[in-house]
Amino acid sequence: MRKHLVGLFMAGGALALSACQKPEEAKPGAAATPAPAAAPADDKGPIKVGILHSLSGTMAISETSLKDVALMTIEEINEKGGLLGRKLEPVVVDPASDWPLFAQKARDLIQKDKVAVTFGCWTSVSRKSVLPVYEELNGLLFYPVQYEGEESSWNVFYTGAAPNQQAIPAVEYLMGKKGGSAKRWVLLGSDYVYPRTTNKILRYFLHEKGVADEDIMEKYTPFGHSDYQTIVADIKKFATGKRTAVVSTINGDSNVPFYKELANQGLKATDIPVVAFSVGEEELRGIDTKPLVGHLAAWNYFMSMDTPENKAFIDKWNAYVKKNNLPGGDKRVTNDPMEATYVGIHMWAQAVMQAKTTNVDAVRQAVGFQHVKSPSGFDMQMDAKNHHLWKPVVIGEVKGDGQFRVVWKTEGPIRAQAWSPFIPDSAKKVADWTYPWACGNCTAPKYGAAGVVAAAQ
Amino acid sequence: MVLSPAAHAGPLDDAVDGLAASSEDAIIVNVGRLAALDDPRAIPALSALCDDRLRAGTDGHAYIFDNKTRDVKHPITGAVIGSPPRPLKEVETSNDIRRVALPVLAQLQLASPNAAVRLAAAEELSKTGSAEAATLLHRALSREQNVGVRDVLSEAVARVDLASSSRDARLAALAIVEKTASDAFLSELQRMTAKGPNGTAVETDPQVYAAAMSALSAVKSRQRLIAFGGSLIHGLSLASVLLFVALGLAITFGLLGVINMAHGEMLMLGAYSTYTVQTLFHNYLPGAQQFYLLAAIPVAFLATGGVGVVMERSVIRHLYGRPLETLLATWGISLLLIQTIRLIFGAQNVSVANPDWLAGGTQIAQGLVLPWSRIAVVGFVILVAAGVWFILQRTRLGLQVRAVTQNRGMAATLGVPTRRVDALVFGLGSGIAGLGGVALSQLGNVGPEMGQSYIIDAFMVVVLGGVGRLAGAVAAALGLGVINKLIEPAAGAVLGKIVVLVFIILFIQRRPQGLFAQRGRVEA
Amino acid sequence: MLTRLREMHSPLAWGLIAGAALLIAALPAIGLPEYLVPQFGKFLCFGIAALAMDLVWGYAGILSLGHGLFFALGGYSMGMYLMRSIAGEGVYRSALPDFMVFLDWKTLPWYWSGFQSFGFAAVMSLVVPGVLAFVFGWFAFRSRIRGVYFSIVTQALTYAATLLFFQNATGFGGNNGLTDFKRILGAPLHDPTTRRTLYLVSAIALLGTYFVCRFVVTSRLGRVLTAVRDAELKTRFCGYESTHYKVFVWTLSAMLCGLAGALYVPQVGIINPSEMQPSNSIEMAIWVAVGGRGTLLGAVLGAWLVVGGKSWLTAAIPSAWLYALGALFVIVTLFLPRGLVGLGAKLRPAVDMVIARLRRPAKAT
Repeated sequence: MRKHLVGLFMAGGALALSACQKPEEAKPGAAATPAPAAAPADDKGPIKVGILHSLSGTMAISETSLKDVALMTIEEINEKGGLLGRKLEPVVVDPASDWPLFAQKARDLIQKDKVAVTFGCWTSVSRKSVLPVYEELNGLLFYPVQYEGEESSWNVFYTGAAPNQQAIPAVEYLMGKKGGSAKRWVLLGSDYVYPRTTNKILRYFLHEKGVADEDIMEKYTPFGHSDYQTIVADIKKFATGKRTAVVSTINGDSNVPFYKELANQGLKATDIPVVAFSVGEEELRGIDTKPLVGHLAAWNYFMSMDTPENKAFIDKWNAYVKKNNLPGGDKRVTNDPMEATYVGIHMWAQAVMQAKTTNVDAVRQAVGFQHVKSPSGFDMQMDAKNHHLWKPVVIGEVKGDGQFRVVWKTEGPIRAQAWSPFIPDSAKKVADWTYPWACGNCTAPKYGAAGVVAAAQ
Repeated sequence: MVLSPAAHAGPLDDAVDGLAASSEDAIIVNVGRLAALDDPRAIPALSALCDDRLRAGTDGHAYIFDNKTRDVKHPITGAVIGSPPRPLKEVETSNDIRRVALPVLAQLQLASPNAAVRLAAAEELSKTGSAEAATLLHRALSREQNVGVRDVLSEAVARVDLASSSRDARLAALAIVEKTASDAFLSELQRMTAKGPNGTAVETDPQVYAAAMSALSAVKSRQRLIAFGGSLIHGLSLASVLLFVALGLAITFGLLGVINMAHGEMLMLGAYSTYTVQTLFHNYLPGAQQFYLLAAIPVAFLATGGVGVVMERSVIRHLYGRPLETLLATWGISLLLIQTIRLIFGAQNVSVANPDWLAGGTQIAQGLVLPWSRIAVVGFVILVAAGVWFILQRTRLGLQVRAVTQNRGMAATLGVPTRRVDALVFGLGSGIAGLGGVALSQLGNVGPEMGQSYIIDAFMVVVLGGVGRLAGAVAAALGLGVINKLIEPAAGAVLGKIVVLVFIILFIQRRPQGLFAQRGRVEA
Repeated sequence: MLTRLREMHSPLAWGLIAGAALLIAALPAIGLPEYLVPQFGKFLCFGIAALAMDLVWGYAGILSLGHGLFFALGGYSMGMYLMRSIAGEGVYRSALPDFMVFLDWKTLPWYWSGFQSFGFAAVMSLVVPGVLAFVFGWFAFRSRIRGVYFSIVTQALTYAATLLFFQNATGFGGNNGLTDFKRILGAPLHDPTTRRTLYLVSAIALLGTYFVCRFVVTSRLGRVLTAVRDAELKTRFCGYESTHYKVFVWTLSAMLCGLAGALYVPQVGIINPSEMQPSNSIEMAIWVAVGGRGTLLGAVLGAWLVVGGKSWLTAAIPSAWLYALGALFVIVTLFLPRGLVGLGAKLRPAVDMVIARLRRPAKAT
């Protein structure tokens, strides 16, 4: 029995350990239901900023750099004196690529650490997992990654590209003369929601442009799939006779074996160009790029863009990497989600200064007005209506040194379509958080004519 | 094609210099001019343009940059220029430019004295399928002596002729098509034999139609044969990878009874050793860069073997006879190893480049390219497996190992240093995994978590093959690899894998000891 | 009945257990901060899974590295009910779940029918893992697959299931899984009262599971199980059909795991195939190893310690928490083969000695 006593003591200890928290929060009166509005941040002391990116597990490869660039940007703002006379204090947690843990960490950040804003998430699963938390607790999340659209939340600002800011312009480029006048299309992706939705949108788009179904091949591989021999052989077969292009939404690790197989089987970019949406400078670091020269990627920013803002950004980044001895040293690169994180943090900071408070409701209204000059040289604005960033589209070809050569870009930033007009179900939807619609997903305004509240959706 | 004498260097020089223009359209115009001039002296400049080696000097002329010697050369004569007008700006190419330039390059190369160059040029031209290409190809064919190049040229000519208006040309082309049965003609044949809405074929002449149908069936049956052969070969390649990851595990598990969940991390360490050796060569021995792989092999083996011995000495030796505990302890070690690598090298993947002699592949048949790297891996695994067999069956160490496996107590009594044998065998198993990591670094990505994706496969091979016998691991790897690849074209990658897993589960029910069983320390 | 209870625990022990249970169940009322309620509810569910794991491993000697599959199946059953209960309220306002809409499916697949009823889903969360376990276990144990082989085969099973569920075409939401839940039995999931109720239900379920497990292991069946674990051949020669006993406890354990999964999902808000990943199942084994296998309380303790530690460490030392976890596993397997509870037992003589010394006044010389 003694051993059970010891055991019970340990149980208590274990519980206490996991509830590790600051003493002032363990108030006995916390039985009362807290109001749904976020607790007002205290007006003194540092402003807490949450950083919710996986630092271990499968997504660590992509997300660690976002944490680093967020810390760098926060340091930059602090060096200029912080916001409203207060310093920014980053709160970094590691949700370990575990989706339920994302939700738990988000809740901890808002309720325990009382952060004013969170910058985080990468995969759509992680975002969908934390979305109810942010909506319930009225928190604020900035999401920096390109995604499939079909969403617009009151509590989220999307600084990554929607399909019409990445996928559709890329396909149009490939259709055109400069892109090779492709007539046949291979839609190849990893099996999850982003490729599936993007390919659905692309298929409708291609139909509108007169491409028949026999000229479209859609294939999916599981995450972590590493043997592309059969698939590349199939692509070669499909491509005989008509100019073919491959639209790749393969995610993460699988890109490396895919490109290696392309090189092995001699698929040159001049014959069958491959445009990827999830391959950036970071992913190219892990690949031997010699055989990939000429293949394409579509983003809203490339490290090779030649603007003074970009030079300053890259210099700052290199200095930061050196100062903090980050692994990878001078091989570290900047990429689109990092730029989106950088822009997002500055937008939020500007909004805070304009609203003169960190209160979520006030800041949210102010973010919609903000313009930030991005390292890409374009003036980015946040759309107050659908909470998405206006972004330029840039298409680049892979160079032998792992950088991209810009071959085409839009004149200026284009507005995101949160709901794709190419999907019949979504075409009727509107994301407009301004009066009288005041919703992210509806077909009629919430506030009808003359300010009368319409029936609840 | 007659080599046109340089009447005057003027237009050629101008066009070549125009390749270094700042606008893409100007470059394309000049490529067209070079095509019209038909002067093979433009070849170096054009090929430099496609390879990103063309430079524009401030004096408006073009220069070629030699990557290997780092010299700047004259675009036409090839003479080294001692003091070029710096700064030299790189001429930006894109797919658009290359699409125009490559066929022109091929056109000029059709007259090359080198047969291999003519062959490549013919293949490139046949891809364009344009009318000018047709004329060029006909001319080249009439002049060609080399048999290999003739075949390629006639195929290229046939492809163009299939769309010709002359009935005889089409029939001649179809005869060639049926003979070669190459699948490059598939879409053309299908177009010709497709039936319109009123039931009549696109191809109106009945004789040509019949010839087209028979050619089509010849092409299709050849395709099926090649696809099957391709699956077998891909299966062999997959089997070689599986064998690499499972061989080390079979040794440690079979001969020691230890489940090593950190085995995947041994693979990962081997791959990272390769990366480190590559970096060291890049920094200190750039001239020998192509041979870093040969140096990486012993380094990876020793490094992972060393880690294995340390693991065995510190943790595993205390857990013999308790296979389930070793499982858990080694799982903990794997977490430690992953995190350590992540902290040293970063969470991102690192790039391990194929050396030149492993890049590309060899074309066995139409549409079936066998990459050199995969061939090398198959060869390598055979060597390693043979080496292991040799060690186990023909050396003293192997004798001791087998003795300890069969009866540890008795072996100890007879003077076998069991503890040392344990450590060495574990080191050997880990070292083999390290070699597997070297192989994998050439085929796929290298990241901190790469081992996790192979560990399950490794277990499957070991369990299926039966522990303790090398032959079992080899047979299991072969079987699983080939079956997986045979199913994949029909069922897709995921379903193929699932079928294989279910097959293993069912097989184990029927024959729990695996394919080749041997009485070992572990009770089956 | 009373004798049976006495067999399970001494009255003192029962009292302590009752006290601990009351304390745990009352935590939300006596000051547990709001944001920790679902987290602790999650821990309770893991406790149930740990008990299930200990039942098969600690008492029957079957190390399963695929229990995460049963946990996830229970979770998916509940998740399917939760998804069907919000039909028409998803992003696409369709009767079908959102992921089916963007896959262009027009009707609900047959295996989703019936899940609009909570009762059906609750029953299925026990039945589905149970049936799968029964079939698998029957064939496996009958073929005398045991030990390490069995563990590896369970890994294969859970890995195959993970691959299957990751595919969107299978109809369970693919990599995204089932998410966006709003209500359970009419009560909104984000309401603190609902959360506390779920917590309470989990606590009661944990207590009930403990009761069931304790009942089984202190019964005659439990003794046969221990005999099977320690010396299966001898037990068979004594006339006991070891297969039947193993299949029974295996199925029971799977059903308990399914129960844990079903309670887990409404508290966490998402179920996706990564719950079935082999690494999750290995972690379950680690919980039991850390706490002490063969002692039910130890298993629960181990689960809380590891999961709680992970929660804490991923916030406290986000870049190095894996070191701590990995080191914990190695140390526990090397030095604490009987887990922390075993440590308690080891410390007992030391504790006794200290107490004795304190009682005896110090003597000179």
